[in-house]
Amino acid sequence: MSIEVRIPTILRPYTSGEKLVRAQGVTLEEILNDLELNYPGIGERLIDENGLRRFINIYVNDEDVRFLEGLQSVLGENDSITILPAVAGG
Amino acid sequence: MLFGMLEIQRSLVDSIVAHARADHPDEACGVVAGSIESNRPERLVPMVNAVRCPTLYEFDSMDLLRLYREMDDRDEVPVVIYHSHPATQAYPSRTDIMQASEPDAHYVLVSIRETGPDEGPFEFRSFRIVDGEVTEEQIFIQD
Repeated sequence: MSIEVRIPTILRPYTSGEKLVRAQGVTLEEILNDLELNYPGIGERLIDENGLRRFINIYVNDEDVRFLEGLQSVLGENDSITILPAVAGG
Repeated sequence: MLFGMLEIQRSLVDSIVAHARADHPDEACGVVAGSIESNRPERLVPMVNAVRCPTLYEFDSMDLLRLYREMDDRDEVPVVIYHSHPATQAYPSRTDIMQASEPDAHYVLVSIRETGPDEGPFEFRSFRIVDGEVTEEQIFIQD
């Protein structure tokens, strides 16, 4: 299943500047793994050994995946993913 | 795109400083959106500091999604991302540098350390933060 993924400005160097890309998978984890296959390096900007990075937000449609099943969230055919880095600081 | 300077209307500066004072002693934060074409700060969007803290700020994740959707719909970008330092200088902290995620934005810092919530002198400075590197830029305030 091919899912549309919206890439934030800061990660577009990995996607040759593309704002919208597609990735294959049923779970968010599979989709992010497929993104990494096509755009090497992007994966570690999203995930670390503890899972989704603290200051990266990923949404399935209008839901923050932290309020769904995280990396195990299951996507349907018409779902889309938005990645947004947190706007945060000290 | 012009690097090294920020042109901004005085009314926007006043509103950002007023926001900093209103949220004292917590950090205040927000963006000034502008059209992709002009890349000028036009529309002030004060945000809630979801961590409500004198030394940290973070946009709520759902507010963040709504903000970016709205900017997308309006062909806007976050020209300015601002936050306040209630008790320290208007210079990016280590956390600010580590978490800066908009390489094209002007990061504006407001310090109200001298006056807190009251009227009076403030510091208002603008920076680019790209790959951990901070570059201060000149500010031109337009009346």
